Amino acid sequence: MIRLTDIQRMFEVGDEAVYALKHVDLMVEAGEYLSVMGPSGAGKSTLLNILGLLDRPDYGVYHLDGVNTTDLSSDEQALVRRDKIGFVFQFFHLVPRLTAAENVALPLVLGGVNPTERESRVQKALSILDLEARANHRPDQLSGGQRQRVAIARATIMRPQVILADEPTGNLDRSSGKEVIKILEDLNDKGMTLVMVTHDPGLGNRATRKIGIVDGQIVKDTARKDW
Amino acid sequence: MRFEDVIGYGIRASSGYPTRTFLMILAMAIGVASVVMLTALGEGARRYVANEFTSLGANLLIVLPGRSETKGGPPPLLGETPRDLTLEDALSLTRSAAIHRVAPVTLGSAPVSWKHRDREVIVFGSTPAFFEIRDLSMAQGRSLPLGDPTRASAVCVLGYKLKKELFGNQSPLGAWIRIGDRRFQVTGVLAKKGQSLGHDMADVVIVPVASAQTLFNTSGLFRILVQAKGRDVVPRAKEAILGIVQERHEGEDDVTVITQDALLATFDKIFRTLTFSVAGIAGISLVVAGVLIMNVMLVAVSQRTAEIGLLKAVGAPGKQVLRLFLAESAMLSLTGAAFGLVVAFLGTWAAARVFPAFPLRVPLWALVMATGVALATGLAFGVLPARRASRLDPVQALSRR
Repeated sequence: MIRLTDIQRMFEVGDEAVYALKHVDLMVEAGEYLSVMGPSGAGKSTLLNILGLLDRPDYGVYHLDGVNTTDLSSDEQALVRRDKIGFVFQFFHLVPRLTAAENVALPLVLGGVNPTERESRVQKALSILDLEARANHRPDQLSGGQRQRVAIARATIMRPQVILADEPTGNLDRSSGKEVIKILEDLNDKGMTLVMVTHDPGLGNRATRKIGIVDGQIVKDTARKDW
Repeated sequence: MRFEDVIGYGIRASSGYPTRTFLMILAMAIGVASVVMLTALGEGARRYVANEFTSLGANLLIVLPGRSETKGGPPPLLGETPRDLTLEDALSLTRSAAIHRVAPVTLGSAPVSWKHRDREVIVFGSTPAFFEIRDLSMAQGRSLPLGDPTRASAVCVLGYKLKKELFGNQSPLGAWIRIGDRRFQVTGVLAKKGQSLGHDMADVVIVPVASAQTLFNTSGLFRILVQAKGRDVVPRAKEAILGIVQERHEGEDDVTVITQDALLATFDKIFRTLTFSVAGIAGISLVVAGVLIMNVMLVAVSQRTAEIGLLKAVGAPGKQVLRLFLAESAMLSLTGAAFGLVVAFLGTWAAARVFPAFPLRVPLWALVMATGVALATGLAFGVLPARRASRLDPVQALSRR
């Protein structure tokens, strides 16, 4: 499903080169549940951005679903993002002037899906996440947990194979955080690959496969016996 | 992405920020309205002049004594006076087959009195042909008598306003009035016709040409009005006039013939140029509106950085983001243009009610051009902000809160 080979990502800070990722190799099978943990600045988010095709590695090859994505143009990568990847962000990133339903429909709108099909899919997604009553509320009229659920509905509306979650509970209180994790794990149970970045060990340890990153290198991977 | 959805997204984005949307639409509306209204004014002036000229009479040529055209060669000697145009010159013009009517005109101003009322008015001396060429009709009585134009007879026709002022509601027909130091009998009154290129034909008295010549003690004519037989023989008539007069003036080419078409064409050209330049000046306001659109859209792009990052994250390619933002500025300019057109039409409508004599009309090309230019500036000045949006790095755009 996901195969990273010798990925490097370097940033220039002043005239110093800082490696966010160094020689990272990673294989993820379809349907896995991964957590990525590590101290801040270790390269967790960079790894997630590269997995999500938001960022390009300086070196190395990334195969997603058998396709070498490093060869794709950025417009082609955008289409891969639309069809195969769902993002869940710490700050939700809902469009403030659009209602919950319109936010969920956004990927469908960009993909040119016709309005009738759009409506039924959005309806279904909202009802699964228990948001039907909130469909016409704008984000500022929703609680944090509801906002994140809208964001999850948006991330899954295109039925992607991979969900990438960056600190999905970082901005939520305990109970709504739990709820959100429960929803993400349910999606994983239905076969979606879930990669979650967190620095909360309690959350990270729920994953079936745990990865640790320090200084841009993978220092722990529970799938590999030698660690 | 479907076209309706691009439009819908633009509408939602515009209505989400009402102040900036209002400002952009206002700027565009002012620009478009000023272009359309100023061209309507210019067009109106042109039509006004054209109407005035046609009210002079159709297929008209005007013969003036003296040459007023510059021809090169040595300048005329000081004190050289042109030979007068005489009544005989005028009458001889009827020889040409291209010429339908000839009306010699003498002009002067004299006191006109009846009983104790006294007014200073313009006195035209002419023939009955004058009435037909200038398309003057009678309200009362008869026009000047047909017959030998060289014979002076003591009859006159009053303008409508002059009749009112001298006689009030009484009938003037048959009354004897005094013009200068001579007495004339009133045979008719002109119908109301309004202005005719500077001469208010309501405030004149018209007498036979020979009478006017004695009255003003002159043998020359002010000008000769000539009506050609048709529009296509106007140039032939002009040549005939020059030929006949030259022959009669011992080979001297000393008259000027103005054709109505040439006059009309000159004025037409002047007013068209004027309209274009006024429209051009107003067009600058469209460019200013374009710059404002660019500014406001740039602010919008930085306001909506996170949104743009999100659009990219959920799968919008850069060119789609570009299209969304271009569509937004195009829609705003078109909306502004629409409001501007409404304002312009209301304005011209109101102006037409206030000045009914002035033929205000919005030319179609001005509508098309103003709208086109508004759209073009909206798009042209929308490109920079839209490109900035499309090139935003999604990682950075999303990392900002």
